[in-house]
Amino acid sequence: MKYFLQRIAFYLFTAWAAITLNFFIPRLVPGDPVQSLIAKFRGQLSTEAINSLYVLFGLDDDKGLWQQYLDYWAQLFRGDLGLSFTFFPSPVSQIIGDALPWTVLLVGITTIISFLIGTSLGVLAGWRRGSWTDGLLPVTTFFSSVPYFWLGIIAIYLLTGPDSFFPSSGGFDSSLVPAWDQYFIPSALQHSLLPALTILISSVSGWILSMRNMMVTVSSEDYITVAHAKGLSERRVAVSYAARNALLPNISGFALSLGFIVGGTLLVEIVFSYPGLGFILLQALGAKDYPLMQGIFLVITISVLVANLLADLAYLLLDPRTRKEG
Amino acid sequence: MEPVLEIRNLNVEYGLGDKAVRAVRDVNLTLHKGEVLGLAGESGSGKSTLAYGLTRLLAPPGVITGGEVIYHPEQGEAYDVLGLSDRALRAFRWAETAIVFQGAMNSLNPVHKISTQLTDVLKAHEPKMSEHSRNARAREMLKLVGISPDRMDAYPHQLSGGMRQRVMIGMALILQPQVVIMDEPTTALDVVMQRQILGQLIELRERLGFSVIFITHDLSLLVEFSNRIAIMYGGRIVEEAPAATIYRDALHPYSKGLLSSFPALRGPRRELAGIPGSPPDLAGMPSGCSFHPRCPKAFEPCAPHIPVLGRPDTPDGAARSVACWLHPTEQPVG
Repeated sequence: MKYFLQRIAFYLFTAWAAITLNFFIPRLVPGDPVQSLIAKFRGQLSTEAINSLYVLFGLDDDKGLWQQYLDYWAQLFRGDLGLSFTFFPSPVSQIIGDALPWTVLLVGITTIISFLIGTSLGVLAGWRRGSWTDGLLPVTTFFSSVPYFWLGIIAIYLLTGPDSFFPSSGGFDSSLVPAWDQYFIPSALQHSLLPALTILISSVSGWILSMRNMMVTVSSEDYITVAHAKGLSERRVAVSYAARNALLPNISGFALSLGFIVGGTLLVEIVFSYPGLGFILLQALGAKDYPLMQGIFLVITISVLVANLLADLAYLLLDPRTRKEG
Repeated sequence: MEPVLEIRNLNVEYGLGDKAVRAVRDVNLTLHKGEVLGLAGESGSGKSTLAYGLTRLLAPPGVITGGEVIYHPEQGEAYDVLGLSDRALRAFRWAETAIVFQGAMNSLNPVHKISTQLTDVLKAHEPKMSEHSRNARAREMLKLVGISPDRMDAYPHQLSGGMRQRVMIGMALILQPQVVIMDEPTTALDVVMQRQILGQLIELRERLGFSVIFITHDLSLLVEFSNRIAIMYGGRIVEEAPAATIYRDALHPYSKGLLSSFPALRGPRRELAGIPGSPPDLAGMPSGCSFHPRCPKAFEPCAPHIPVLGRPDTPDGAARSVACWLHPTEQPVG
């Protein structure tokens, strides 16, 4: 329990540090949204118009950096992430709230499926070392070294077209209104197939490789020989002795990859113009939209921290050696 | 005495084809009911390979290339372990022949409780047993090896090395096998713990009546704890005799070398001498008797001809066998 509280304290501190960095970094980037608007209007804005834009965006210079920092925290506690510049006047929290489910559903489900498939195949390949499953390895190594987005571009090039089943962009048919009905859900599924497959193909191989290698390492442990000598069934030895122990490093890898669900596949979303967080972040970056950027970074940071905490907890549950007595 | 396990002409190789290394060569050995048979030799002499071979636990690339391992069950016909189907082999393992392995530290799975690891043997071999009686049996075994049954829920890392090896011994006896193979069971433990555990094992053997094959490089332990000793060199058995006979008057120069490499606790002082040279390379074995390049007494026949294990021409020759040209054998045993 004490260990657990220590971890919580550690994560709170990390969260504070991350949020503080999150506040400062966008302000260190040269330029501001008004500058980019001015550039957009090619100097046709009068000084008064520029000034009123600054006031409108809340960028009037009256406040010091410290005051802005305090205000930022006060806003955070109210759950108010400010107004977006790009999607003015929508609040950032609403934009993130709209985009988050797309990312979480697409990447979350694919990450889980990929982990399950990859780990099972890895167990098989590691246990039946020297059989046909070894043929999987060069293929998986190849795919694990291919970046997601490149695979996505290839998939769009090869599989989409005017009369293809796969749409090349978007999260749903643009003629539909998002709703939980029989028109929208199939359309959303259809649009998610290609990005999901892209992520699946390039991430599953990593799980296969790491699980297979751990299985091979664990298979040579003495307790595996003992388990065989005890006359346990092959299945029991493979699952309860070998795979159970080989799984430990993969579990923490999995928890970490859950943290990267939100931020890890920006490029896939951009390639497929998928209406998730990554796509929004690209727009926010282009428009120097601090509040939106900060909001998205905040969500990414928190999800990575939560995933780390989950990894700690999972390890505590699965490996008795990490539990401290008392 | 009735035999319980007979090894006949067992050959084990590592690898295939021309590059194969013959680790066990034409080994003949009989284990009798209720006896402790010691198996001694330097590292690489093939003693562990022999143990893994006769239980068919060899990891690839180890292959059994010939021979028979005849097991005599308490009831029923004797059968060849090497000819068992996978299913029959699984049933044979642990129920008839249990093993206590070298690595006391790594023989238990670190993520499962002791209780799980004790009871899963019962689950596999006696599926009709109720969970309650499985647990009762596991507790009984812990008590038998001197561990408090309330450590059932402990994980291996919470036990000391000695306790872990006791748990392994308890686990080996849980199905009351006829044969227990001990592969350097106490190598990782300190001497005090070694003696404690072995003493306890001998006591248990007297109570439960199983036979033991005790593998070690520590001949002094064998002299004390075993009935008969077989000495291996270069994959062959070079001498086999009752423990006291080996200790008092070993015939093979290699056995003598092993015996003079540790000090006796009692009796007159004697010079300690090692065996010069190093164990043979199993891939490039010397011709003839594989010990001849290191043997102080080597003479003409040693280099060209392999001596056969047989009864020596000594007065007590009937109870022992040796493979050495110094003691030409009348008839090969096997």
